[in-house]
Amino acid sequence: MTAIGRAVRAFALFWWDFLVGDTPELALATGAIVGLAFLLAGQRVVGAVLLPLVAAGFLFISTFRGRRRAPRS
Amino acid sequence: MHTSSTLVLVIAVFAASLVEMVEALTIVVASGVSRGWRSALEGAAAALVVLGLLVVVVGVPLIRYIPIDALRVIVGALLLVLGLSWLRKAILRASGHKDPHDEDLIYAETVAELGEEPPEDERARARGRDGVGFAVAFKGVFLEGTEVVLIVVSLGAAQHRLGLAALAAAVAAVLVAIVGVVVARQLSEVPENTIKTVVGVMLTSFGVFWVGEGAGVHWPGSDLAIPVLVGFFVVVFFAFTAYMRTLLPGSATETSAPSGTSAPSGTSAPSGTSAPSGTTAP
Repeated sequence: MTAIGRAVRAFALFWWDFLVGDTPELALATGAIVGLAFLLAGQRVVGAVLLPLVAAGFLFISTFRGRRRAPRS
Repeated sequence: MHTSSTLVLVIAVFAASLVEMVEALTIVVASGVSRGWRSALEGAAAALVVLGLLVVVVGVPLIRYIPIDALRVIVGALLLVLGLSWLRKAILRASGHKDPHDEDLIYAETVAELGEEPPEDERARARGRDGVGFAVAFKGVFLEGTEVVLIVVSLGAAQHRLGLAALAAAVAAVLVAIVGVVVARQLSEVPENTIKTVVGVMLTSFGVFWVGEGAGVHWPGSDLAIPVLVGFFVVVFFAFTAYMRTLLPGSATETSAPSGTSAPSGTSAPSGTSAPSGTTAP
């Protein structure tokens, strides 16, 4: 691999780790919220209520996944 | 642009910069104490210059050449990723599922690591320069600052207030530097976990708002929806934190949690697995 290739790979890996890292569900959440926002374009109350609720839902899932668990006996 | 969103912008950027610069200061002080102050300060200054250039190089073209609605969706998505991540960690820390951020521990670890590095050659030491000290300080400030740059560019560009956002971040950085020089040590008394919670709430609120706004969702009250979103995510933070406390190993309710609610094995993030200091962990 050339020096430029290595630099590009390192750059891509940096941003992947920065934005996705060990919580891919949050990246997925962002994609879902963006998609939902476009589906609800033009809506007023529905969009304003659903978007934060979906964000909170994904946050709950991600937080639940990251909980500390008792060691297995 | 409404005053409320401008105020939230300034608070979010200032707080994010403050907390990241406190973390950067810890690494710079550790580098200065271990390897010499000249190299540590030069490394920190070089990183700040690069970060400032990044704001200009990335931020200005964003404002000038990308249509405002597309820009809002992009920066909203970016803020959502960052904000949800900060909020997640804040909930895990507040509920006891993750150890709180500890500047004293990070300082001690960094000093120990740097102490194991072999000394530079005599000529370099005679000039008061140390490559390792420079690199560690540069890396610490640059990596901690990258997140601030993203927040500055995102919030600043979306509201066409890049200058104000950059100013708020710079003021926080200067404030931390001055206090760091005065006390000549890391700032472990700064309530980082609380500040990170506030920033996480604000970034998530802005993220949801801008994604919706850019995609064409009409927010009731326009910009006044931002403080409402902030209030909503504050409630979410406290509610999730309270619930997560009941799931701590050893708590009475954890053992009686219904089956089928547990996450797949191997997905947990136990304490001690957080990113090392100087990396991207907010």
